[in-house]
Amino acid sequence: MRRYLVRKLITYVLAFFVGVTIDWGIPHLMPGDPIQGLLSKFDLDSASYAALYKSFAQSFGLNVPLWQQYLDFWKGVLTGNMGISISDAPAKVTTLVFGAMPYTLALLVPAVVLSYIVGNRLGAAAARRRLLDDTVLPVGYILQSIPYPWLALVVPYLLGVVWKVFPTSGAYSETLLPSWSWTFIASLLDHWFLPFLTVFIVSLGGWAIGMRNLVIYELENDSSRYMRALGASERVVRRYAYRNASLPQLSGLALQLGVVIGGNIVTEIAFDYPGLGHLIYGAIESQDYFLLQGIFIFIVLGVLIANFIIDLVFIAVDPRTRLSMQGAAA
Amino acid sequence: MSESVSEAPQTPQLPSAVAASPVAAAAVGTAPGVTIGRRRGDFLYYGLRNKKLVFGLGLELVLAVFAIVGPMIAKFAPEALTGAQLQHPNGTYWLGTNALGQDIFSQLANGLRESYLVGLLGAVSAAVVGMALGFTAGWRGGILDEILQMITNIIVMIPALVLLVVIGSYLNSRSVLFEGVFIGLTTWPWVARAVRAQTFSLRSREFVELARLSGKRPVSIIIRDIAPNMASYLFLVVILLFGSSMLLAASYDFLGLGPTGTVSLGYMMNAAQNEAALLYREWWWFIPPGVVLTLMVAALLVANVGLDEVFNPKLREQ
Repeated sequence: MRRYLVRKLITYVLAFFVGVTIDWGIPHLMPGDPIQGLLSKFDLDSASYAALYKSFAQSFGLNVPLWQQYLDFWKGVLTGNMGISISDAPAKVTTLVFGAMPYTLALLVPAVVLSYIVGNRLGAAAARRRLLDDTVLPVGYILQSIPYPWLALVVPYLLGVVWKVFPTSGAYSETLLPSWSWTFIASLLDHWFLPFLTVFIVSLGGWAIGMRNLVIYELENDSSRYMRALGASERVVRRYAYRNASLPQLSGLALQLGVVIGGNIVTEIAFDYPGLGHLIYGAIESQDYFLLQGIFIFIVLGVLIANFIIDLVFIAVDPRTRLSMQGAAA
Repeated sequence: MSESVSEAPQTPQLPSAVAASPVAAAAVGTAPGVTIGRRRGDFLYYGLRNKKLVFGLGLELVLAVFAIVGPMIAKFAPEALTGAQLQHPNGTYWLGTNALGQDIFSQLANGLRESYLVGLLGAVSAAVVGMALGFTAGWRGGILDEILQMITNIIVMIPALVLLVVIGSYLNSRSVLFEGVFIGLTTWPWVARAVRAQTFSLRSREFVELARLSGKRPVSIIIRDIAPNMASYLFLVVILLFGSSMLLAASYDFLGLGPTGTVSLGYMMNAAQNEAALLYREWWWFIPPGVVLTLMVAALLVANVGLDEVFNPKLREQ
C-alpha cells in the first residue's frame, strides 16, 4: 500500500504543479495582456495611459521578471492568497470561492454518488436477464447520447414551465434572505432538485451499461463457472460478479471526475445556480483574470482531492492494494 | 451458450499480410474489413446480418445525408434574418424561426454538419496522439513508460472544460479546427491507455519475437504485427471518441466557447437559453438540436455494439 500511495501522491503533486503552471502561463502565452485589455475600455491620452499602465503593472506585480512573477504566483497559491477580484473589487478571490463552493458541493456530491450507485445496481440487475435488459439497455444508450446542455433545457422546460412542479433557476426564492429557517431550507431544496436531477440522469446510462457489460463478462468467467459447479446459487454467483465488476467501475469514476466537476459549469449556467461554475462564467464576462485563475486552482484541487478519496476507497475494497501493505507481493 | 463459430478474430495469430496500414485506416474511419483482408467476406457476412450494426449505420447515413443535403435545400442562410420572428413550424419555415427571425431548419442542418466535423477532428487528433504515446509506452516499457503514464494520469485530472473556459476567455476568435483539436488534445489519454495495455500484452508473443529476430525495425513491427491485432478494438475506441467529441463540443458551444462566426447545435441551445425560449415555451427552437444530436450519438453507440459483435464472435450469441 505504501508504494501504491506514494506513486499516487507523486502523481497528485505533479498534477497540481502542472495545473498551477498552466494557470499561471495562460495569460502570459495569450495575445495581448490583461492590463491593456482593461485600459482599452477608457479613452486615455498616451501620457496618462503610460502612467496608469505602470501603476497597474506595479499593483498586480507584473513589473518584475517572469521567473519572479512565477514564484510570486506559487507563493500566493501556497499561502491561499489569490489576490483581489477585479470585478467585485474589495472582495478577496478566496472569499468569493468559498462563498460559492457549498452550492457546487451540495449539487455535485449527491448527484455523482447516487448516479454511480443507482446506475451500477441497475446495470448489474439487467445483466443476462432478458426482460430487464431489453429496457435498461436502450434507455441506457439514449441517456448516454443526450447532450447535457439539452437535458438542462428540456427537464426544466417540462417540470418547471409546462407542469410547474419545480422552480427553474436560482438557488433559493428571490423573496427570501439566507437564514436557517424552515422556509428558506425548503426553498433551497426546491431549487436544488432540478439541477440535481439532470446531473443524476446524465451519467446514469453510462454506469448502467458499463456495469451490465462487466457483470456479463464476470458471469462467464471461469471463477463463476467453478462456483456454479460447486453448487453455489445464482444469487451468490452474481454477488461475487458484482464485487469484481465494481473495481473497474470505481477507477472509471476516478477518470470521470475531471469531466464531471468541470461539466458542472454547464449545470450552473443553465439553472443560474450560484456555485463555482457560475462564478467562473461571471469572471469571464467581466474579464476578471485573478478570479478566473483562483477558481481554476480550486477546481484542480477539488479533482485531486476527489481522486484521492477514491484511492482510499480502493484500499478499502481491493485486497490487492492492502496486501502490498503487509509485505506480500505488490 | 455460444454457437460454434469458425474462428476467433481476436486470437493473436492474425496474418500480418495487411493491405493498408491499419493505423491510418482506423484513424480516418475506413471500414474495418479493409484492414484484415482475408476476413473481409466474413465480416461482411456477419455485419449485414447484425441488426444493431445495420440499424446504427442506417440511421447515421440518414443523418449524414441530412447534414450534406440539408444546407443545400434550406431556403435561408443559417444566420440570415428572415424578418419573421418566432414562427411556429409551417410550410415556409419548416422548423419555425427563432427570436431573431433565423430559420431553425437551416441552423439545424448546418449545425449537424459542424458537429460531424468537430467530432471527426476530435477523434482523429485524439487517436493520433493517443496511439503515438500508447504504442511508445507499451513497446518501450521501463522508465519511458512510467513517464508517459504519469503524463497521461495528469492530463486526465486537469478538467478540460475549465481549461477551455480559461483559454477561451483570452481568445477573441476560435475556429472549428481549434475546438476539434482542443477536444482531441484533452481526450487522448483514453486511447493511450487502451493502446498501451494491448501493446504490452502483445509484445512478448511469439510472432512479435519472431518479427524482432528477423531484424525488422520497431516502427514496422508495431504497424505490421501489433497494430493489426488491435485494429478492430482501436476502431471501436475511435467511434466512441467521435461520439463523445460531438457531445463535448455541444457543451462548449452551449457556454459560448465554441467556434466563433458559425452556427452549431450547441450554439442554438445557447441562443435559446439566452433568449429565455423556455419561459416563452418556444419548444421548436431548443428541442430539435438536442434530438438530432442524441440520435446521432445513439446511432453510433448502437453501431459500435454491433461492430463489436461482428469482430468478437463470443458476443454474437446474444
